[in-house]
Amino acid sequence: MILLQAAVSGLLLGAVYALFSSGLTLIWGMMNFINFAHGEFVMLGMYVALVITWGQFGPEAYTPAAAIVLFALGAIVYAGLIRHVMRGPMLSQILSTFGLALLLRYAAFYVFKSDFRTLPDTSLSSTLDLGGIYVSKAQLLAGVVAGLLAIGMHVLLTRTALGSRMLAVAEDRSAAMLMGIRPDRMQALAWGLSAASAGIAGALMAIAYPFSPSVGETFVLTAFVVVSLGGFGSVPGAVIAGLTVGLVQALAGYLIGPIYKDVVVYAMFVGVLWIRPQGLLGTV
Amino acid sequence: MPALVAGIHVFLFGKTWTAGTSPAMMGKWIRKMRWPWGSIVLWGGLLIFPLAVAGSDSADFLQDVGATLVLAAISACAWNIVGGYAGQVSVGHAIFFGAGAYLPVLVYTVWQAPPIVGLPLGIIVAVAISLVIGIPTFRLQGHYFSMATIAVAELIRLVVSNWDLLGAAIGLQGPATPRGWWDLVFRSAVPYYYIYLAVLALTVWITWAMARSRFGYYLRAIRAGERAAKSLGVPVRRTKLSAFALSAALTSVAGSLYAFKVGFVNPESGLGILVSVQMIIIAALGGAGTLYGPIIGALILIPLQSATNTWFGGSGSGLTFVVYGGIIMLIARFEPGGVMEMWTQLRRLGRKRVKSSAPAAEGPRAA
Repeated sequence: MILLQAAVSGLLLGAVYALFSSGLTLIWGMMNFINFAHGEFVMLGMYVALVITWGQFGPEAYTPAAAIVLFALGAIVYAGLIRHVMRGPMLSQILSTFGLALLLRYAAFYVFKSDFRTLPDTSLSSTLDLGGIYVSKAQLLAGVVAGLLAIGMHVLLTRTALGSRMLAVAEDRSAAMLMGIRPDRMQALAWGLSAASAGIAGALMAIAYPFSPSVGETFVLTAFVVVSLGGFGSVPGAVIAGLTVGLVQALAGYLIGPIYKDVVVYAMFVGVLWIRPQGLLGTV
Repeated sequence: MPALVAGIHVFLFGKTWTAGTSPAMMGKWIRKMRWPWGSIVLWGGLLIFPLAVAGSDSADFLQDVGATLVLAAISACAWNIVGGYAGQVSVGHAIFFGAGAYLPVLVYTVWQAPPIVGLPLGIIVAVAISLVIGIPTFRLQGHYFSMATIAVAELIRLVVSNWDLLGAAIGLQGPATPRGWWDLVFRSAVPYYYIYLAVLALTVWITWAMARSRFGYYLRAIRAGERAAKSLGVPVRRTKLSAFALSAALTSVAGSLYAFKVGFVNPESGLGILVSVQMIIIAALGGAGTLYGPIIGALILIPLQSATNTWFGGSGSGLTFVVYGGIIMLIARFEPGGVMEMWTQLRRLGRKRVKSSAPAAEGPRAA
């Protein structure tokens, strides 16, 4: 029963992983670009939620606020930084977001200090009894909302005109331009969506888990694992892989020991690189 | 004596003594002679630095900063081989630095052996890890390598932080008092400074020789365009792998040198992400893929770092890294070639003013 309990909470956390990883995979799929600052976007989403609580707003305000702030940040990062390094040498592509990650992480350390924080108790802090399995309302909400939004991202990309335009830019930038699509606008939008997905994931996790400015590094690595497992550029792959990683992490924490949770996940990444580097559902 | 003259001749002209030497030809040579002034000033300055500051009030502090600077230059030069010349950006070089730093103190802790025994062991471990990362990731292009290095670095840091043999989160201590000179424990920073400088000279020489060899041209071909290089018959995977292993070995030497001087290593100082960050920022600031770029970068960054640490104190160390992040972003955005590239452009600008018809020496940098 405890095993089942661990599995359920692992899957709920995995849904959140799926959400922010689908943001990372969107950027990779659209422009062959890896965002090393993606984990910092998740971390910022958590602190947006924290700042919102100072203004006496309830949990229903966290997610929209994080979405708006991070969408704006993502679009600004694209316009100010990524647009200029995108076609440059590999060194500047990697250094740009790596530098951004350092900047955001240590700025957060400076502003919020390194203590672990939790959000104040709300109506969500009670637990539910689902036939013997106890789940906190916050965890359940975070997992369900994140899962729905990750699926929503897939629907947006594959079933709407906007998504088609974004995919057109991904496929052939200049051909898309000839069709009257503005590639810069679409890519800025993709960065905004990607950062917003990270921010929402952060705000959702902030309700249920304690956090500090250093969590970003763990999340960016988790996202790498999920994205490489699911295949670069594949949102459905990221959803399946996110759930898998959450499950494996929870089971490893329960069966081997809590300190090995992350060790197992990173080892999984190395394993995927050795055996099937293009990911389970990916093509290179 | 003739051998010495011949040696100097090779140093100045880059070729050996040839027949037909006459006073007239000597004069011609002297006129043609181009002294590598930059290198002479750089190495001369590094050589006399500890002696030059010996008389000042803060001699100990300055000599210590000097040793830190030279050490930082060694690891940045080592990173530069794979990150600069080959264009494969590793963000996990702390793994190799840590392997080099941990083994000397480990052999001391376990067998009471002199720490220097750990240096070759560190190299072996570092090269082995580099192959484990390199063999799968070099099958693919681009970002996979960077992602794999950062993930493996974090994996190893987590494992070491929980491994009691390696001191877990607390770390390991080297010999506190020397049992003999072979323990390499000195009170002053000066002996370390000169050991580091010798290793730096060796590292720069290896890089120089590599860059002039077929291997070096392979690396630059790979950086400029992997597919094009492959189609011209460059053994891409093997070349990248060799560069990575060489870089890992040299980085591990830097780690061992660090452990000799500090005599203590913990997961943060040996394997933390900031160890990798420092190598990258120094090499990129000076000029990744150039011979002296990493040294120039160290000359700029390490004094800046000591100054900010003194000004902000311990509480402001976070701010230092905010500045680091900003510098890395600015380099990426505006001048991926670093200071060396800026210098080249300045010189080209100067030359253009003299002879406006001179064509640009180099084409645009390839992506």
